[in-house]
Amino acid sequence: MVEIVVLVKQVPDTNAKIEIKDGRADLSMIKWITSPYDEYALEVALQHKEAVGGSVTALTLGPARCDKTLKDAKALGVDKIARVDVSEGYIDSFSVQSMLAEACRSMGAEVVYCGKAAADTNAGSTGPGVAQKLGWASIANVTKIVFGDNSLELMQPAPEGQAKVGVDLPALITCDKGMGEPRRANVKGIMMAKRAVVDLIDVGSFEGNTSVLEHTSPPQKPPGKSYEGSEHVPEVVKLLRDEANVI
Amino acid sequence: MSEIIILADVNNNELKESTAEVVTAALSLGNNPIVVVPGTSPEAAANIAANYEGVGSVIALQSDCFATYDSAAWAEAIASVSPPGHLLTSSTSRGKELAARLAASRSATVVQDVIEIDGNTISHPIYSGKAHEKLALSGPSVMTIRSNVFKPAGSGGSATITNVNSSSDLRTTLKEMVAKASEKLDVSEADIIISGGRGMGTPENFEKLYNVANILGAAVGASRAAVDTWEEIPHSMQVGQTGKTVNPSLYIAVGISGAIQHLAGMRTSKYIVAINKDGTAPIFRHADYGIIATWEEALPLLEQELGSLLG
Ligand SMILES: Cc1cc2nc3c(=O)[nH]c(=O)nc-3n(C[C@H](O)[C@H](O)[C@H](O)COP(=O)(O)OP(=O)(O)OC[C@H]3O[C@@H](n4cnc5c(N)ncnc54)[C@H](O)[C@@H]3O)c2cc1C
Repeated sequence: MVEIVVLVKQVPDTNAKIEIKDGRADLSMIKWITSPYDEYALEVALQHKEAVGGSVTALTLGPARCDKTLKDAKALGVDKIARVDVSEGYIDSFSVQSMLAEACRSMGAEVVYCGKAAADTNAGSTGPGVAQKLGWASIANVTKIVFGDNSLELMQPAPEGQAKVGVDLPALITCDKGMGEPRRANVKGIMMAKRAVVDLIDVGSFEGNTSVLEHTSPPQKPPGKSYEGSEHVPEVVKLLRDEANVI
Repeated sequence: MSEIIILADVNNNELKESTAEVVTAALSLGNNPIVVVPGTSPEAAANIAANYEGVGSVIALQSDCFATYDSAAWAEAIASVSPPGHLLTSSTSRGKELAARLAASRSATVVQDVIEIDGNTISHPIYSGKAHEKLALSGPSVMTIRSNVFKPAGSGGSATITNVNSSSDLRTTLKEMVAKASEKLDVSEADIIISGGRGMGTPENFEKLYNVANILGAAVGASRAAVDTWEEIPHSMQVGQTGKTVNPSLYIAVGISGAIQHLAGMRTSKYIVAINKDGTAPIFRHADYGIIATWEEALPLLEQELGSLLG
């Protein structure tokens, strides 16, 4: 019985327009979703259980609004859902890595899956950082996995192409697209999820060494020039050379 | 004393040019940064690093573990020679992974994709570039530096090189390396990218993009619609929210409408050219130079013009 943990994060809808109010991104009207790569990680975790047996726990870190992401995971078929309860606002990467590593340890995790990066920060710091804190191997951006009893065989991009890599558990895997479309919840799953209870995990607090000064909108470029008709191609090529200096 | 450490971007003992940009970033935090150059035989790469202007010293870190990529082993070897202080590296996928591990092992905060450093204040994009976040540093950090943002350091330095041997156990085994179909430049490494979308009609028409790319030394990318529709267009070419984030000097979008998820992956390109037959396509709102035309008309002309200019 493998103890499988999958890290999921709730992020602002990737279609949302981000407005800045008083030096902070204003998320008050934002629709929240499960980070897209974490959906792939969930799919992989469920496939792992189906292949060799085990138990899957979806773990998140965040305020109470994140229970929605956990219930969505529960509806897909995870066994348990758990949340490290923190208040709304910026949490430094050091604290996130430390708290999630503690939570994984307390749950007796033997394999941890997560998305290759969260859609809000696009950082990809949490998976490898948690692996380091746990003293585990980690393999990033994985697109294909063959599940063994106590080991995995994975495909990972490399500068030369694709690397086929083997690893013994425990290990942390960050997932890219490639393992098939994530499954959707059925009605029974959604009904079950409604009654599911979120385990709240307290792992103490950690202090990092960054704080947010402000959020700003990225600088707007001057309006571009548009040309009607392909006869303007030579002119644009000339501008790319003389005005933009990029060719 | 707190040092500034640079982890050089090295693959198969070859130093990547992005390291010169990281040197410039490091120099805005303090003088005489130490460059750690990992490799199975790192001497040649260390010599190049020692030549960057402003570098204080170089550690040529030899270990057999660098023969194959294993993030745990690499991080352990690199950590063993890196003194306390800020540590910087390139924001490649390996760079970001190693940075996250090194931060965890140094009990430091990691900040990815840094685009500005001003004293102890650093900035990086969040929400796919829809906002920038300015952070105050109150202690040592590990950061990755976005490519094409900082000017590369010049040459002319002559830092001393120390050779260090280290060993660390691999946690993973490389079973097989499946080579790329051909020597095609990857979008994440290219300074110029020409991407095709659903408007290209068929995957065979991507040949027209390769013709232009070959003249420019560019990589060919694709929208998700192209990747999802045509098996011949691999996901490794996809630019956008669920593909690669790129930051080239020039991005040419052909037959791409400019959906927000595509923009998320390329909006920070220095210059954007759009070729689209629909003048109302959203991509034109982000293009520096927009050409309203079909690619059937525009690409042969583009190829011809560039060919006579650069060919
Ligand atoms: C969660 C999520 C993640 C996503 N991630 C990504 C991502 O990473 N990358 C990405 O690209 N998309 C992504 N998408 C998809 C995105 O929303 C768009 O569907 C996609 O980018 C559209 O691709 P396209 O512009 O090629 O196709 P279309 O929107 O169909 O546009 C085709 C364009 O080609 C033009 N055209 C047609 N014929 C010609 C011709 N002969 N000559 C010139 N122009 C012509 C048309 O005018 C049109 O503007 C994502 C979507 C979601 C929901």
